[in-house]
Amino acid sequence: MAFVALADRDDDAHSHDPDTFITKYIWSQDHKVIAIQYAITAISVGLVALVLSLLFRLQLGFPDSFSLVDPTEYYQYVTMHGMIMVVYLLTALFLGGFGNYLIPLMCGSRDMVFPYLNMLSFWVYLLSVIVLMASFFVPGGPTGAGWTLYPPQAISEGTPGVDGGILLMILSLAIFIVAFTMGGLNYVTTVLQARARGMTLMRMPLAIWGIFVATILGLLAFPALLVAAIMMMLDHVVGTSFFMPEMLSMGTANEYGGGSPILFQHLFWFFGHPEVYIVALPAFGIVSDVLSVHARKNIFGYRMMVWAIVAIGALSFVVWAHHMYVSGMNPYFGFFFATTTLIIAVPTALKVYNWILTLWRGDLHLTVPMLFAIGFIFTFIHGGLTGLFLGNVTVDLPLSDTYFVIGHFHMVMGVSPVLVVFAAIYHWFPKITGRMFHSGLGKAHFWLTLLGTYSIYLPMHYLGILGLPRRYFAYGDTDFIPESAHAMNAGITIAALLVAAAQCLFFINVIWSLTKGKKAEANPWRAASLEWQTPDTPPKHGNWGAELPQVYRWPYDYSVPGASEDFIPQNVPDAYASTKDDK
Amino acid sequence: MALAIALILLVVGSLIFHFLSPWYFTPLASNWELIDFTVSITFVVTGIVFVIANLFMAYCVIRYRHRPGQKADYEPENAKLEWWLTIITSLGVAAMLAPGLAVWGDFVTVPDEAAEFEVIGQQWHWSYRFPGEDQQFGNVDIRHITEDNAFGMDPADPAGQDDVLVASPIVHLPVGQPMRAWLRSKDVLHNFAVPQFRVKMDLVPGHVSYTWFTPTVVGEYEILCEELCGMAHFAMRGRVVIDERDEFENWLSQQPTYSELETQTVDPMLGQASYGLCAACHGQQGEGMQALNAPRIAGLDNRYLERQLKYYRDGVRGTHDLDTAGAMMRPILAALPDEAAIRNVAAYIETLTTESPITSVTGNVIRGKQLYENCASCHGENGQGIWAMNAPAIAGQHDWYLVSQLKNFREGIRGSHRMDLYGDQMMMLADVLQQDGDIDDVVAYLNTLSTN
Repeated sequence: MAFVALADRDDDAHSHDPDTFITKYIWSQDHKVIAIQYAITAISVGLVALVLSLLFRLQLGFPDSFSLVDPTEYYQYVTMHGMIMVVYLLTALFLGGFGNYLIPLMCGSRDMVFPYLNMLSFWVYLLSVIVLMASFFVPGGPTGAGWTLYPPQAISEGTPGVDGGILLMILSLAIFIVAFTMGGLNYVTTVLQARARGMTLMRMPLAIWGIFVATILGLLAFPALLVAAIMMMLDHVVGTSFFMPEMLSMGTANEYGGGSPILFQHLFWFFGHPEVYIVALPAFGIVSDVLSVHARKNIFGYRMMVWAIVAIGALSFVVWAHHMYVSGMNPYFGFFFATTTLIIAVPTALKVYNWILTLWRGDLHLTVPMLFAIGFIFTFIHGGLTGLFLGNVTVDLPLSDTYFVIGHFHMVMGVSPVLVVFAAIYHWFPKITGRMFHSGLGKAHFWLTLLGTYSIYLPMHYLGILGLPRRYFAYGDTDFIPESAHAMNAGITIAALLVAAAQCLFFINVIWSLTKGKKAEANPWRAASLEWQTPDTPPKHGNWGAELPQVYRWPYDYSVPGASEDFIPQNVPDAYASTKDDK
Repeated sequence: MALAIALILLVVGSLIFHFLSPWYFTPLASNWELIDFTVSITFVVTGIVFVIANLFMAYCVIRYRHRPGQKADYEPENAKLEWWLTIITSLGVAAMLAPGLAVWGDFVTVPDEAAEFEVIGQQWHWSYRFPGEDQQFGNVDIRHITEDNAFGMDPADPAGQDDVLVASPIVHLPVGQPMRAWLRSKDVLHNFAVPQFRVKMDLVPGHVSYTWFTPTVVGEYEILCEELCGMAHFAMRGRVVIDERDEFENWLSQQPTYSELETQTVDPMLGQASYGLCAACHGQQGEGMQALNAPRIAGLDNRYLERQLKYYRDGVRGTHDLDTAGAMMRPILAALPDEAAIRNVAAYIETLTTESPITSVTGNVIRGKQLYENCASCHGENGQGIWAMNAPAIAGQHDWYLVSQLKNFREGIRGSHRMDLYGDQMMMLADVLQQDGDIDDVVAYLNTLSTN
């Protein structure tokens, strides 16, 4: 008999249930356990990054009151905050966390196609996090080169952490990419090869489409970062000159010659721009599903949504140099990259329209996940629109490298994806834990997070238009910066402290609900997609009990005319979909 | 319902914030009103979308929130609606992109009548070069850079002989004249940005980039570095002074050319004669004297000394009300009649040597070492000073003097004069040492460097 991967096995007679604590919870090959391991690690390291941001916000808001950080530490914390949030939190959480949990369950497989590789992926990821955190404890501390790690300064004297910090950062990124590749190949293969019978590609939930396309982006984009990291490592350690021109270092000419700093920027942003969508596409997909379930309405324009995800993914590879309009590259590139960048706005806008049109004529249940999902639409509209400023090359000139940029990307790839993360956690919490969360705490968490973050980032755009440069430890006496701007900076810091404090509500809610929460039904939201149709809640190892599900329809059959219920699960055949007439 | 109200309030609040915000573009001082225009178009288009999309969403939340018996519509797609939305969106995008590209066309095309100057960035200072009478820049190379040739001019290139070298963070430009700024970096990436001009561009080592603008309003504007360039990035400031044409020409004619600097003579022996006056307070060997608030000056970099002497002469230093010790220096400068005299005495002082001073300040050396990380990038790991960073030696200086100067910088008693941008940088960095204990710790650490 030919070998059949566990993911595809119809009965689970041959799947060896893990029986010891270690195989069940530590060296586990179960995608659900690995997902939770990924999520806990990512959120923990994200909390470190959150604390770092509070430390440097206190400096920015109250430069004369706290001496918590000096310039060296400021640049180190800003750098680590950015890198952790983008790569080690959001990328890992969306793909390693939600990707792992949702792909097999929503596609109707028993597990990932390569469970051992999946387990390895998590442990290698954990290693990358440990290496990154180790840089706090080496002489000179972590790198302060900015999360973009631009050479020459990333590996030159005068930048904090130039001894050990930058090497550990590069090493950690390389390890992360290895981990991501192991996980990513798995997610793509599982989606392509291990879907349940009847689960055609065009019947896949948008969450899976988003995760699937984002993973492909990651597999194509991360290698660019990997080679850039290796080349920079060689420049720093061996003395090659990939990125290093002849230049002064502390007053004396260095040994380098002929390298191009701009080449690094091209490689970095060839990774870096798709990276935005590696985070955004899973968020787009997940929020589509959450909206549809809680609006009791099919997602509007499903086919358009799928093609928009694919188009955005493809276009994301030809817009990278919009991060480099003022980098000193040939300015004629600006015409091309501004055009491609604004073209990408069209499919993105269509996705927004379709989310809102999903609410239109719906039956909106304003549950906690739904609040977060609608909050996401608001913040994403804001962040997307400010992207039109920065993407349009001329408009970018005065705004580049100012607080406008910080406001923009925190709205679009900080706040927005994080709101989706919370929507997703609240939405799938009953399935993952078998318990309901506390709705009141969840709502309080939503309100404080949405209003708090908006009051952090909206004013930042205007400080940026005024001309406040980003990555400044202090502003000193600058003629064009009025006292009111410093007062606003203090206000922003207070809002940031409040938002950070509000996240305690989330952790209290999770911990409380795990033990005291009401027992969850198998399908409390009355959702149609496959993960809610498992025989057990939480699903057991192998997910589907004796028999794999058979899929008969798309995942959005909500409020189908004539049906007795307002949803028809994907695994219910037409003949059995009870109608009102049956009753 | 709360959600719908919140969405409406967020939209209304954002609009109010937009219109009432005291923070908007600085008044334009260049030809780039078209950039402001493209920004305005973008605000209008995106503002309309922001309001309509969110208010429609708020309407949906009110109108279609769950009520008993309510049922959602079943409408998988609506090709006609989706096409309309695609077309309208594309039109809106085109309305922003087209003017954007047109103005970018202006930006990449430097007008023929543009005059040229060069902006040179280095950690963490600006300097400038004008092409001189021949309107041609001479070759420069990193390998030519020495203490006496900080611009790295090629001595063999005739085109460079008349290049005007401005070794100061402050540059003057004529109003109404289109200027092409050639941008060059000696070390890492920097970015030349003047908010009032709107344009900015990176300086890339190993490469020459450019930007152009026509200053339109006479006045003084800050130059900011807007590309992270290391620990003191935030303190890399310069200033551009926009003058009427003849004032500009006058200023330019006072700046030295490369060949003038090359042929300048320095005679420490002549300086020794003038030094007699200094010795009264600073001692025969420049060892300094606490009773007279005189620091040790022996062996200090001559360029640093020249700069400080000129500052005293021009009232840039020693004029703050609280700087009584500095004020004592000012009348002395009358004895140094011209630039050459200042140069000579500075050169003489540089040749002096003396014993390490006795230390009196104590503090937490370990913490001081940590804080000193922020100083070491300019003053050197051993406090030896780095000429290229315009930073004097501080190891070997009297600790009481270091404490007094750090306090002066922190309080703005030294460095707050508008012409003292190097001092301004020290003010921003001394601000890190907010408690007197911090200053003692750093100085105590410096004492350990002096005695080694």
